[in-house]
Amino acid sequence: MMHLLSTADLNKDDAISLLDLSDEMAGVNERGLRKLPSLRGKTVVNLFFEDSTRTRVSFEIAAKRLSADLINFSAKGSSVSKGESLKDTAQTLAAGGVDVFVIRHSASGAALSLAERGWTDVPVVNAGDGTHEHPTQALLDAMTMRERLHGLGATRGKDLSGVKVAIVGDIAHSRVARSNIQLLKTLGAEVHLIGPATLLPSGFDNTHTDLDEALTKIKPDVVMMLRIQLERMQSAFFPSAGEYSRFWGLTEERFARLSDDVVIMHPGPMNRGLEIASLVADSRNSAIVRQVANGISVRMAVLYNLVSQERQINE
Amino acid sequence: MSDFVLAKATLPDDRVVDIKVVDGLIAEIGNGLSATEVIDCTGLRALPGFVDLHTHLREPGFEQSETVLTGSQSAAVGGYTAVHAMANTQPVADNAAVVEQVFTLGQKAGYVDVFPIGAVTKNLDGTQLAELGSMHASSAAVKVFSDDGKCVSDPLLMRRAMQYVAAFDGVIAQHAQEPRLTEGAQMNAGEISAKLGLAGWPAVAEESIIARDVLLAKSLDARLHICHLSTAGSVEIIRWAKSQGIKVTAEVTPHHLLLTDDLAESYDPVYKVNPPLRTKVDVQALREALVDGTIDIVATDHAPHPSEAKDCEWAAAAFGMVGLESAASVAQLVLVDSGKSNWARLAEVMSHAPARIAGDETHGREITVGEPANLTLIDPSVSRAIEKQTSSKSQNNPYAGLHLPGAVKHTIFGGYFTVRDFELAEQGRH
Repeated sequence: MMHLLSTADLNKDDAISLLDLSDEMAGVNERGLRKLPSLRGKTVVNLFFEDSTRTRVSFEIAAKRLSADLINFSAKGSSVSKGESLKDTAQTLAAGGVDVFVIRHSASGAALSLAERGWTDVPVVNAGDGTHEHPTQALLDAMTMRERLHGLGATRGKDLSGVKVAIVGDIAHSRVARSNIQLLKTLGAEVHLIGPATLLPSGFDNTHTDLDEALTKIKPDVVMMLRIQLERMQSAFFPSAGEYSRFWGLTEERFARLSDDVVIMHPGPMNRGLEIASLVADSRNSAIVRQVANGISVRMAVLYNLVSQERQINE
Repeated sequence: MSDFVLAKATLPDDRVVDIKVVDGLIAEIGNGLSATEVIDCTGLRALPGFVDLHTHLREPGFEQSETVLTGSQSAAVGGYTAVHAMANTQPVADNAAVVEQVFTLGQKAGYVDVFPIGAVTKNLDGTQLAELGSMHASSAAVKVFSDDGKCVSDPLLMRRAMQYVAAFDGVIAQHAQEPRLTEGAQMNAGEISAKLGLAGWPAVAEESIIARDVLLAKSLDARLHICHLSTAGSVEIIRWAKSQGIKVTAEVTPHHLLLTDDLAESYDPVYKVNPPLRTKVDVQALREALVDGTIDIVATDHAPHPSEAKDCEWAAAAFGMVGLESAASVAQLVLVDSGKSNWARLAEVMSHAPARIAGDETHGREITVGEPANLTLIDPSVSRAIEKQTSSKSQNNPYAGLHLPGAVKHTIFGGYFTVRDFELAEQGRH
């Protein structure tokens, strides 16, 4: 693995190895001394052209737990606001000696461009590119599902065969959904996409507009709620927050009709009371806080895999 | 007196003849003709010099992309003897002064006739008509008007503009793009855009404007020209409009005849263009329409951009691609090599019809005695690898690396060789 740009680049063995390594990293995170020397002397650059405190901090913790030197580059107040291009910014930073770029950018394809257009030969991790992909989010979601469905400590080498996952909300604009759809399918899961017709992308399988009907029919093992951005109302994707919540929100009533051991997930940040009821988010079925913790483990595994090439887990 | 004979050239109708040119005019057509110089044209197809109805020459204002000189040179290499320069320069060609400047620069360059297209609305803002009459009355004698790059989306302005220019047999060339349906659009709306997470440009945004405008043209009995048709649905609307006797003409670009939206999977902005590359179904419909006459002409929409405008992430990149030097090859592929049509049709769509639509009197003429010697000689047997660098100042060339049939061997502009033996002349005609 030279870069992590898309979950489509991971075959089943790659994905399971990464998840197994993530589980090992989780063990480190639960120790008293939460630190490995693996990336000592290596430099990780967080190249964030778009605000995202959660993802940036998660990568930051992951890098530090591996003893890497970390540089946070944020576009605000930087040369980017003066018109410097992505290419020039990356080349300028790379000139100082960089072992991996973690890039978040509002343009779909920005991570792929950085990795493959000949601008730099530094490994690239896609930390979210526009409405395209967010592969580490999908990996942490898969890690969380493995834990919940197979049990902690019983996950090694396991896939997600036969697991039914319902992803609900703004699929069209969701990089989380795109990365999840591919990774979950690779791992053998059955993925359903549910949302208003205006927010379901064309050409995707298993799409549904009626949430109640879909949940009854599918009987999902996992329900993943996506954040809905209220700005979408201005572009007439849906009429109002109230109507959205009524038809596509995970309300307490809907939650009560799901199976007892259903896993509830959300990539955060949540709009409590809009796409997900507070009581549901805080229920024992919710894995939302665990997702955040697993994010650190997955990002440690990815950085470790990319940077310490001599100790690649795939070998 | 300058005279030469193009010996044993093959005309569009397949006759093999000698063409004698004296002082810039075709003086004689026959066999065994003699002159000061006899140029063997065995195996070459003699065609009327090509006429591009849709070229961005970028001057004034964007000389880092192209100048009237470099764009004219690229056109000559592509077999053109006339190009129509789009109005979206800086300042915009929305008044007599700018169109006269562009026209004069074209004359000075001397590689092709440069006919400026005037803006429909002032500063391309879509709110107030530009001085259409003054541009027509200027020395540039503008007859084609377009806000290309932007749609004249206001139906009232569009209606008035068509009515106003009809008085001097002018024509509005519409860039059909419903603005609300294409806010932030990056590529064709479909399965590929959904997968790539790039905002989609739906076919209906083009088709709805074309449908509206052909009805406006019908109600006024005025002429209308539609730029760069890109969808199968647009073809159906034009076909219907023509069946109703509506005076509409339509163009297609070489890239919409050849390339498809899956190329965006590389996120390489060399494939970013407006209207966007569509699907195989659309390409097929456009090809059939060019063969059957529903589409009247091939126009390049040659849109040079400097490398920094393309060497970036997709969303930040400029729309557009160069095309003057590959257009004839794409036309040959679609019309001749496909076995679906012939060289006479190629001459029609690359020369006669665009000249007729634009009212160019000295271009797009039949190859007959007394006509100006604006001629292109193509070697159809060549298969050439397209290089990224052309005679254009810009390299946003989506054909680079492809193999295309045919090569322009000579371009003759008013009796002067702007291209001879595949080489561009060092000087233009003066």
